[in-house]
This record gives sequence, C-alpha cells and structure tokens, in this order.
Amino acid sequence: MLKVLNLMQKSKAHTLLRSIWHYRGFIAGSVRREFQSRYRNSMLGAAWMVLNPLAMIVVYTVIFSQIMHARLPNASSQFAYGIYLCAGLLTWGFFTETVSRMQNVFLENGNMIKKLNFPRICLPIITVLNAGLNFCIIFALFLGFLLVSGNFPGWVFFAMLPLLLIQVLFSMGLGIVLGVLNVFFRDIGQLFGIVLQFWFWFTPIVYTVSTLPAGVQTLLKFNPMSALIIAYQGIFISAAWPRWSSLWPVALLSVALCVFGMLLFRRHAGEMVDEL
Amino acid sequence: MGKVTVKGLGKAYKTYDGRWARLAEWLSPFSGPRHQLHWVLQDIDFQLAAGEAVGIVGINGAGKSTLLKLIAGTTQSTAGTIDIQGRVAALLELGMGFHPDFTGRQNAIMAGQLQGLRGDEIIALMPAIEAFAEIGEYIDQPVRTYSSGMQMRLAFSVATASRPDVLIVDEALSVGDAYFQHKSFERIRAFRHAGTTLLIVSHDRYAIQTICDRAILLNRGRLEMQGDPVEVMDYYNAMLAEREQQTVRQERLEDGRLRTISGTGEASIVAVNLLDDEGRQLDVVEVGAYATLEVLVTINAAVPRLVMGYMIKDKLGQSIFGINTHRLEMPQTDLQPGEKLAYRCRFPVNLGKGSYSIAISLSRLDSHLDTNYEWRDYSVIFHVVNTRHPDFVGCAFLDAEIAVERSAGSVRVDGVTI
Repeated sequence: MLKVLNLMQKSKAHTLLRSIWHYRGFIAGSVRREFQSRYRNSMLGAAWMVLNPLAMIVVYTVIFSQIMHARLPNASSQFAYGIYLCAGLLTWGFFTETVSRMQNVFLENGNMIKKLNFPRICLPIITVLNAGLNFCIIFALFLGFLLVSGNFPGWVFFAMLPLLLIQVLFSMGLGIVLGVLNVFFRDIGQLFGIVLQFWFWFTPIVYTVSTLPAGVQTLLKFNPMSALIIAYQGIFISAAWPRWSSLWPVALLSVALCVFGMLLFRRHAGEMVDEL
Repeated sequence: MGKVTVKGLGKAYKTYDGRWARLAEWLSPFSGPRHQLHWVLQDIDFQLAAGEAVGIVGINGAGKSTLLKLIAGTTQSTAGTIDIQGRVAALLELGMGFHPDFTGRQNAIMAGQLQGLRGDEIIALMPAIEAFAEIGEYIDQPVRTYSSGMQMRLAFSVATASRPDVLIVDEALSVGDAYFQHKSFERIRAFRHAGTTLLIVSHDRYAIQTICDRAILLNRGRLEMQGDPVEVMDYYNAMLAEREQQTVRQERLEDGRLRTISGTGEASIVAVNLLDDEGRQLDVVEVGAYATLEVLVTINAAVPRLVMGYMIKDKLGQSIFGINTHRLEMPQTDLQPGEKLAYRCRFPVNLGKGSYSIAISLSRLDSHLDTNYEWRDYSVIFHVVNTRHPDFVGCAFLDAEIAVERSAGSVRVDGVTI
C-alpha cells in the first residue's frame, strides 16, 4: 500500500518536473518580460535597480559607521563596515524579495489562474528567478567594487554557492507555504510584513553578534537566517570558510519547508482557484 | 482524438460560517468539516464524439461557465471524471495575460508559450497569426496603443493559431467588428470540418442552431435536456418564462419534431387553424396568397389582460415575422372564466419556398417573459410553394419589377448621365 502511494507520489513529482520543463519557454519569457517591463518606461532604466539598494547602503553606512562610530571589532579597513553591511543587506534583500513576492504570487495572478490552464507551479518559479536575476546584478556590482578596492576574499568566495542554494531553498519553501496560505487567509500577507520588520532587526545585518548580550546571542541561534548571514559576512570580512555545522539546521529546515510547501500546494491547488 | 467523456461530474464550493471557521478546520483536521458544500453543478453526464459540435445553453447561473472551466481544466471538479483525448484550447477570455507595454508580436509569442507551444513553433505560426489578425503595422507597436477590437483580433488569432482537438468557446465569439466576427466564426467552422470537437456556450439561438449538432440545456446546475438544437432551444425559450405554477411539456409531432407547450394555464389555446380565403385548411400555400390564422382561446381563470401573438419561424427556427395584439393596441381586458375568444389574423404569405411553423403565445404584456399563460411552438406547420411567380431565392417575397435601359450612347441614372 505504502509502496503504491510512494510510486504515485514519484510519478506525480515526475509529471510536475516534466510540465515545468515543457513550459520552460514561458518561464524564461516571463522572467525576461517582467525584468524589461519594470524599467521599460523609465529614463534611467535598470539604473534604478542599483540606485535603490545603494541608497539604503549609503544611509546605513553613514548613520552607523560615521555618526554612531560603529566599528567592526578587529577590522581596520575603512570599507570594512560597508562591506559587512553589503554582505548581509544584499543577501537579506534577496531573501525578502523572494518571500514577499511569492506570498502574493497566486493572488496577483488570480485572473490568469482562473481563466487559463497552465502549470501553476511556473508562477513561483518565475518569481524566484526574477528575484535571483535582480540579486545577481546588484551582487555583481558589489563584487566589482571588492575587486577594484582589493578586498576580494579569493577562493573562499565560492563558499557562497552552497549558502545561496540553502537560502533559495529556504525562501522558496517559506514563500510557497505563505503563498498558498495567503490565498485562504489574507491576513498572512499583512502579518508577514510586520514579521519581516522584526526579523530584519533580529538578524545581525547592521550590527554584529558580539555587540549583543550573551542571552540574546543564544536566542539568535534559533533564527535560521542569522546562520546564513553570519556565514556570508565571514566570507567577505575575514575570508573565513563557513562553519558548516552551524548551517545544518537551516538546511534541514529548508528542505522540510520545501516538502511541506509542495504538499500544501498540491493539496490545495484546486481549491485555490475557487478562492481567487 | 477529440473525444470527451463526462461522467457524474459535480462541482461544489465550500462556504464557511465565519472568517475563523476555515482556520479552525485547518488546524483541527480530525474534528470534522466546518463548511457546507454549495453545489453549482451536479450529476452531469454526456459524451462528445470526435468532431461533434455541441452548444451549452441555460440561464445565468445555470453552471455553463463552470462546466466549461472544468472541461478546460482551470477548475477542479468535486465529483466525477472528465476524460478528454487530445489537445484542448479554451477561448474563455481573450487577451488574458497581454502586457500593455509590449508589442503585439511579443505578446503573441508570450500567449503562445502560455498555451504550451515552443518558441520555434510560435515563430513558425507568426506569419499566419499576423495575416489572420489583419492589424498590419500595429503588430510591432505596444498593445496599449491598440483599440479593444484590435486586441481581440490578435488574441483570437493567437488562441486559434493551431487547430486543437477540442475547442471550448465561451461567448467569446463576439470578437471585434462584424467583419471579424464573421471571419472568426468561419475559422471555427473550418476547424470543425477538419475534425475538431466543439463546445460552445452562447445565448445566441442563431449560433447554436447553425453550428451545433446537439445542444445541452443546464438548469440550476443539472443537465435538464440534451438533443436536437432546435428542440432544446424551444424548451429553453419556454423555460425562460418559467414560474412556479407553470408547466412545460413537449410532444412528439407526426413528422418527428418536438412541440413545446408551456404556460400557467389561466388562458389556453384550444385550436389553431390556417385557412385560405374560402375557409379551407391550408397545408401548402402559394407564394403571395392570403392566409388566415385562426386561434381559439378559452379562459380558465380570471385574466386581467390578454395579449395574443404569433411568430412565423423558418425550418431552422429563425424568426421571420412576429406580432401581437399588444403592439396592435388591441389587448383584451377583464376576462372571466368560461369566456371564449376567436382571433382571426389575415396576412399575405410573402415568403420564400420552404417549410414554416407558427408559434402562438398568450401573455399579459408584450413579452411572454413576464406572464406566460400559454406558449405553443409548432402550432401550425405549412409549406410554401412557388408555381405562379418566377423562381427566387431567400425567405422573403419582395416582388420585383426590373427595368433596363440600354443605349449605345449614354444612360441616365439618378440624375447622372454616363
């Protein structure tokens, strides 16, 4: 009995992957289109995509490093705080963009879902790819700055890849769960906006962990994002390899969220159409 | 390919008592459901053979669109199964997913991809799409500069660029101007000839009767009737006026046609005759001859106001001519039970050759939709023959006198000499 169920699940997952592959043209086209449409009618075009986070970085750098004289412990470079900030802020931005857009992906495309028959799973994939594309561009600029200013960490940089993979899985899992729930309980979207605010300040992005009292430091261990962000910062500030052991919990959580998200999505995909 | 089998199909929406009820149901899965099922479609069984064209009719809210959505696959059924062989294309809403800032070409490619076509397939179809849409240079302009008709043209062309095995159309046929409507209708007809199974929802009697082999009538989420389009449309027409005490019944006539009689019965039609000027029963009428329609009515219960009307219809059920005593300003008022009325309507049979039927209605006002005492389709059937006049085509006899002026020099037409 279980075996049959397993087989059924497998074949279902298989058809899901096949339909995604079949609609790859649509996915690629949508990503391109969304990217173009965002800047098509503005004079500065894609520059806005850079200007926005740049403004944020400048604000934080000025306020925290100049006015509040925050200095990183045991770091001397004048750019150290800026780099520290970017390492956390840009990746955090990628995370929030993915999750907050995924939680609305079904609601925003409600009309299309109701009227057209296509694999719904394409929609969250398009969202992730779009957020990924935006992240790649701005992160490439950051890397360019590191190379020019002589702060590039070297080989250790490639430790970013598994970290990013975990982060994408985590945000996708969380995003799908929230996206499905948001269709049935619209409060989720509002609530998560508030949660994100707290989450940001509960993650060591603008401050360092060491500045916190010991009690809060232990609490921070329960924040899945903090392990990732600390690892990113380690790579760029001190060219340190991530402590992989600290990443196990978030990796497992990500996989669990993805599985749960897919189950939730598959179970409620049909009912979702009725609610839109 | 193109076969559709629907078995025991049903669709229900969940309704919850309050905002928190759903949450409670989700959080405690073992305490039983906290919702009621609201059925919009139930026990639907039918089969479409490959290449068949079927129309779905029914009043608003009967479940037509839901049925189409279920077959198109955008909505999941609550009960039953749908088995479709081949590729389905649905024209549920045209222009869905068009982005105003992109050109027609880019949007067409996108829409094609959304249908599951590959990039190179769409590129190959592009010339045909452009040619069919006939929007010229606009194809490379942003869609926001399009008129709504142009948008529809493009959307229809893309949606029907490649022939599907099953085509589902939801009243989207009213696409653009009369010219393009005709053209899109023609394309659907061509698909049908090539073997596409067709499923159409329409309120347009003409569309259903000309293109469909069969019609399905939905009423309150159930399949009320299926069969010949003319018979189903007659029944539907009677149902439109349905009231609580009203009855609708159908009788099979000798020639196999189905006569629909409906009404509340305060007044009823006792006899209907078509007579010539000598008072003989008419079955065959000469073009241009006079005929008298005799309608005998008896009053069964008090009737405040009575309007008698008749409608001549051709073989396809199209209305040729209809009039009633309301429009002629001679309604009868304050009729008492037991009273009898005889109406005699004399008219010249200026019709083309063929078979015609007359439907009679007894109502209170102009339309039978308000109060329908009795409505009787196929009250009389007669044939028009042409032996005295020159042979002509069409359903109306508009006698013609043709004069011709011929000259080696010049002729004058409307004050112009050429």
